[in-house]
Amino acid sequence: MSQYRPMTEEELRERVRRLKAEYPPDKVDMYTFRGAQYDHGLAWVHFPEGYGGLGINPKLQAIVADELRRDVHTVYDDLAVNPIGIGMGAPTLMTYGSDELKRALLRKCFTGEEIWCQLFSEPGAGSDVAGLATRAVRDGDDWIVNGQKVWTTLAHVAKWGLLVARTNPDVPKHEGLSYFLLDMQSPGVEVRPLYQITGEAEFNEVFLNDVRIPHRYMLGKEGQGWQVAITTLMNERTALGGGSTQKGGGPIQVLMQIWAARPPKRHKPAEAAVLRDRITRLYIESELLRLTALRAREMMRAGNPGPEGSVGKLAQAELYKKIWECTMDVLGEEALVYEPGYALRRPSQEERRDKVLLAKYQFLRSRANSIEGGTSEIMRNILGERVLGLPGEPRTDKGIPWKDIPRGG
Amino acid sequence: MDFAFTPEHEELRQTVRRFLQDRSDEATVRRLMVTDDGFDRGTWKQLAEQLGLTALIVPEEFGGSGLGPVELAITLEEMGRFLFCAPYLSTAALAVTVLREAANDAAKQELLPAIAKGERIVALALAEAPGLWEPSDVRMKAREVGGRWTLTGEKTAVIDGQTADDFLVVARSSQGLSLFRVRAEADGLQREPLPTLDLTRKLARVRFRKTPAEPIAAAPDVQPQLERAFLLGLVALAAEQAGGAQQCLDLSTQHAKTRWQFGRPIGSFQAIKHRCADMLVAVEFAKSAAYHAAFRAQEGDEAELPVAARMAKAYCSDAFFQVANDTIQVHGGMGFTWEHPAHLYFKRAKSSALLFGDSVHHRDRLATLIGV
Repeated sequence: MSQYRPMTEEELRERVRRLKAEYPPDKVDMYTFRGAQYDHGLAWVHFPEGYGGLGINPKLQAIVADELRRDVHTVYDDLAVNPIGIGMGAPTLMTYGSDELKRALLRKCFTGEEIWCQLFSEPGAGSDVAGLATRAVRDGDDWIVNGQKVWTTLAHVAKWGLLVARTNPDVPKHEGLSYFLLDMQSPGVEVRPLYQITGEAEFNEVFLNDVRIPHRYMLGKEGQGWQVAITTLMNERTALGGGSTQKGGGPIQVLMQIWAARPPKRHKPAEAAVLRDRITRLYIESELLRLTALRAREMMRAGNPGPEGSVGKLAQAELYKKIWECTMDVLGEEALVYEPGYALRRPSQEERRDKVLLAKYQFLRSRANSIEGGTSEIMRNILGERVLGLPGEPRTDKGIPWKDIPRGG
Repeated sequence: MDFAFTPEHEELRQTVRRFLQDRSDEATVRRLMVTDDGFDRGTWKQLAEQLGLTALIVPEEFGGSGLGPVELAITLEEMGRFLFCAPYLSTAALAVTVLREAANDAAKQELLPAIAKGERIVALALAEAPGLWEPSDVRMKAREVGGRWTLTGEKTAVIDGQTADDFLVVARSSQGLSLFRVRAEADGLQREPLPTLDLTRKLARVRFRKTPAEPIAAAPDVQPQLERAFLLGLVALAAEQAGGAQQCLDLSTQHAKTRWQFGRPIGSFQAIKHRCADMLVAVEFAKSAAYHAAFRAQEGDEAELPVAARMAKAYCSDAFFQVANDTIQVHGGMGFTWEHPAHLYFKRAKSSALLFGDSVHHRDRLATLIGV
């Protein structure tokens, strides 16, 4: 821990209080307040001074969040302001970016003036993202990029994209990638909504046609893209899989409320008994998901981390799907109706205030839980290989140039 | 605070594990499981005298270590791993818990120091067939004539009933649920060892016919105390199940790494690997359930104990069985043989799942507690 400068909790709280006194959150706008938060080194406290941080232990960020919450109405959620930029992009930029890029981008990333998106997945590269085909070819001081990205959250509002592209197809797949920051307003970038199972478009497809990126926007070195991408992805998975932090909270709470509010004659006694047992199983699993995350944190704190920290993503994805399936079964005939309809459009959170509507929506939306951020199959591979130490699957793409890897259809 | 294990806890775990590696290896388990007593008296004496484990949760004033549900859970988790054949669950866990919670001081004075020293095997006679596991289910009536109490009826699934020196019998008096001590040699007591599904845990049916019984309850009606003791028993058994499940996962993982078919270790096939990953999730959840319940019990969280204990018993029962069942499958033909230990865990898993009420039973009680 010697890499971090020591600071007492009280000193840090005092700094937050000073920020709030100078820029009362309820009186100034978001960009002003968050800009000041950045300038005070309270954006990412573990970043160096001058880059939104204080060079102190990242665990202390929780103190900042706690102090920011006190005695005010206006509290900003980083994951709502700029989820990809703040959670994944900034740490990557901090590790691999030039000083010029950091100074140009970090502040607006934190304030939310410039939203970021992630351009990794492609129609031909999902779980096997290192097999991606988007090409970047050097042309003087620029790279010219051609390809297609998919499942891009926020691309339609983003200023910056975290792009991984293939700069060398003649070496094995992991070695021929490079990582760029792409200005989404560049000529040749076309963003189209990608409509999903709910009829809404949370995500986008991004087409890149002869897009020019100046070389100085490369993060890390040419050919180092996979290593840089891992930094980004590591910051993604930690955000998934802890379940609800509150006892009885999260999806199971909605199911139990809907069960409690059911019309008395909806189920015959034998049917009710079956559903009751199913709900109770799901309650137990929800509790154990929460408790296992708690145990992982406790073991981590004690300097003794074990496998308990790795099972959350898989367990949560499978559990949440089952909870929403059960909710539909409890709703019965009521679930034959899908009130919002399937008009193709951008999502709106407003419609989901009602818990029955939320449940119907989540029944559909949660299908992605076991796909996004690592499919359950990939998660089982990771648990099997990294936690249990089982051998990997023999592979047909190892050690051969990317261009020679067999591709279906 | 849940999961706040200390270095002393880890030390206890290692001590128990080292002892069992030496004293409860597979060959020893197989030798003992086919004996009538089902355990080795020399090992039991060592467990008491050298490790002090029979005294683990006996209060200090009665010659014990005065430790609690967390230390008991750690100990039983290791015993579950090794299928330790001994009257530990019956005597050192259940009997001590029932005495602590529901017995008068005279009975505690007489029995607890003797248990702590490893001198007496004491069995809890609670369940009455069929499916009457809970203290509130007890129907057996105790009769008093001229200050002398007798019991008539039958208790089943009495753990270590064939070797017990004393029985703690739960029965009803006119004033409520009560607790009696019955000596093994008492008149009209007949014990019938059961040919158990799980050879590593001995069970007996015990019949009482006007059998003299000594009333030892701390109060005229000790139903609340007995219910608390029962919940603590569920926590102890859940920890043992979590330990058994962990051992099954370890056996399966080891086998998947070393067994080759089609020119590669079978663990490289996703069909096997993914099954092992699902087992890992079940094992980690089972441990969370058992530890959480143990910590709630340790901290005297009376509101949460019933929820946590029933959750632990329900989940650990299903998880251990799932994992033990998968262990046979991962081992293929070998897992079906008598020679391989998989069947020992498989049988222990099902029998411990049914003991004290199965997962359906505890989910039913839990559902009521959480308002489902």
